[in-house]
Amino acid sequence: MMRRVLRASLVMLLSLSVLTGIAYPLVLTGIAQVGMPGRANGSLLYAHGRAVGSALIGQAFTSAAGQPLPQYFQPRPSAANYDALASGGTNLGPSNPVLLRSVARLARAYRAFNHLAPGTPVPVDAVTTSGSGLDPDISIANALLQAPRVAAARHLSRARVRALVQRYTQGRILGILGEPVVNVLELNLALDRLGRH
Amino acid sequence: MTFNDVAQFLVVVAALALTVPVMGAYMARVYSGATSRLERVFRPVEGLVYRACGVDPESEQTWRGYVTSVLAFSAVSVLVLYGIQRLQEWLPLNPAHIGAPSAPLAWNTAVSFVTNTNWQNYSGETAMSLFTQMAGLTVQNFVSAAVGIAVAVALIRALSRSRTATLGNFWVDLVRGTVRVLLPVAALAAIVLVANGVIENLNAPQLVHTVVGARQSLPGGAVASQEAIKELGTNGGGFFNANSAHPFENPNGFTNVVEIWLLLLIPFSLAWTFGVMVQRRRQGIAILAAMALLWAGSVLPAMALEAHGNPLLGPGINQRASATVVGGNLTGKEVRFGAAPSALFNASATATSTGAVNSMSDSYTALGGGVLLVNMMLGEVSPGGVGSGLYGMLILAILSVFIAGLMVGRTPEYLGKKVQAAEMKLIGLYILIVPACVLVATALSLSLPSVRASLLNHGAHGLTEMLYAFTSASNNNGSAFAGLNGNTTFLNTALGVCMLIGRFALIVPVMAIAGSLGRKGRIPDSAGTLRTDTALFATLLIGVTVIVVGLTYFPVVTLGPIVEHLVTHA
Repeated sequence: MMRRVLRASLVMLLSLSVLTGIAYPLVLTGIAQVGMPGRANGSLLYAHGRAVGSALIGQAFTSAAGQPLPQYFQPRPSAANYDALASGGTNLGPSNPVLLRSVARLARAYRAFNHLAPGTPVPVDAVTTSGSGLDPDISIANALLQAPRVAAARHLSRARVRALVQRYTQGRILGILGEPVVNVLELNLALDRLGRH
Repeated sequence: MTFNDVAQFLVVVAALALTVPVMGAYMARVYSGATSRLERVFRPVEGLVYRACGVDPESEQTWRGYVTSVLAFSAVSVLVLYGIQRLQEWLPLNPAHIGAPSAPLAWNTAVSFVTNTNWQNYSGETAMSLFTQMAGLTVQNFVSAAVGIAVAVALIRALSRSRTATLGNFWVDLVRGTVRVLLPVAALAAIVLVANGVIENLNAPQLVHTVVGARQSLPGGAVASQEAIKELGTNGGGFFNANSAHPFENPNGFTNVVEIWLLLLIPFSLAWTFGVMVQRRRQGIAILAAMALLWAGSVLPAMALEAHGNPLLGPGINQRASATVVGGNLTGKEVRFGAAPSALFNASATATSTGAVNSMSDSYTALGGGVLLVNMMLGEVSPGGVGSGLYGMLILAILSVFIAGLMVGRTPEYLGKKVQAAEMKLIGLYILIVPACVLVATALSLSLPSVRASLLNHGAHGLTEMLYAFTSASNNNGSAFAGLNGNTTFLNTALGVCMLIGRFALIVPVMAIAGSLGRKGRIPDSAGTLRTDTALFATLLIGVTVIVVGLTYFPVVTLGPIVEHLVTHA
């Protein structure tokens, strides 16, 4: 009796594996690749004809030495260094002194980098790491505080940069879902395109 | 909390209100053997499986036969999944040439996915090949969910039938649940996810040169298909390390709500299915109401706590939400979701034994993280995992009837079935097993210095990390305070043992109770019968859940989240 049950279990697992583990993902991959290849393959963004990243995955805008480049909008700090194969957060608890020191340090650096008066309130997204370490977006307030610095570095008018921020702001979906955010990579690519003309 | 945060909660409630009765009625038809409009698709597939396995779909099993099949199928599943992981180097679809995980890690992962826990001590991007993710993990995402529903349905049959020795056929329930419920809904959901940017391909990581000329590897994988069943089957094991916080798993505010809806859909719908199958719809609604109130009662405070932010960050950091500021405690959270909707996700995932996260629970405020912990401690009944939530709640309903019976001095009965010593002994066992497992294992682990080294945070938060891990494993949730490094031989093994106990040491008594109740005849309702389809009973059920299950943990919760909260706000 037990042997019969074990045999049925094994055959059942194999049959359901074919159905759910092979047929199901392959059929869906087929549908996705035929119907929505751009999205199914990572929503890539291109510059000069080559892929420079994904609209959904954040990336660093730093010099080779790791310094933030003033001519680019800066994304949120990342616990994963924007390594898309090592997603994750810091996992520091809310009362962990390491977290509190890091936030204070990041806030000082943010104010200095953007020429803000000491004590200027900094939007929380600018000084905290995300859960994925790959957050592609920043808040509108964060973008607007960075805009004068970017404008100065690029010799553009502040109004022009602010208008661009507004253009690359994604509102809430259906007016309700999620938060209004600015996609950093899309915005920076648009800035680079401006520069060429 | 802003108006918009509340609106997103209401969107989820509305989506559930519209879909739960439909899904619940549909599942009642599936598990009653009714034919479907897609019979021409389903029947040949199922017939093929039955023939291959030598199963007679018309036959029925006793509770012993049923539970033996559950255990045998699960044991074989653990062995096969262990084997796939250890051999992945030599199996196909491994474009990134990923080696085998260690033996303790492979054991932990195999047990974790078979028990519908989906605790992950590995990092998805770098530890599992595409073949392991598809043919190993995705398969268990389906079948472990179908097993949970099957056990719940067997218990429903015991309550709906009179003087029956048999409770249905496990193999038929397993196959019908997979083919007719999980596969179609998951496929539709996966397409919606792809349309919003969740990837679905078989590529190796793709190297790009970023705007500033750095190198970035963008991962590939059949993510959308796994994501859909990960939520629908209340599994929770992410394709990527960051789980649903990863933009390729959860790209925007819309997918966030879709995923929350998916993970709540079947657990709530099964309460409806119960009402339909016992032919007393109000009985199902009473169970559903108790589940829904417990859910809302945990989700809303968690949302408010996270939206409020972390007071320790000081006045120089703007955490107040406005038209341009995404406010709240954003450490470990994505701005595209916002703080409160992140908490809506995590609290729903811990209430359903899904254990998926779209934000890092370890970085939640002390009490926000505490809510997640308590959700799991309630034994996963609010609304709980697929199947396990309903059978857990029905056990508590029987316990409530018993307690009420003691108070008024009448023989307790539920749906006309007398509740007697045999059932109550098993229920006592059912109630005690998980808390014993959680508390003993946490105390043991914290007393070993080598295990304490796995903690990232210290003090009260460190205690919470360890407690969270064993609560999550024993309740088959899989949610993690990810600061704990669980990938050690001791924790891999100990957490694996807790997962097995939390799953099968509960399923066996549940099936024994089902066998015992099934054999009883039905007593007609009389004036002295305690009505179990009223608001009063739903309230009693909530009270019993909170007092009997929740209070067991009160001392240890005091030492963890509550102490931390008092220190944070001192």
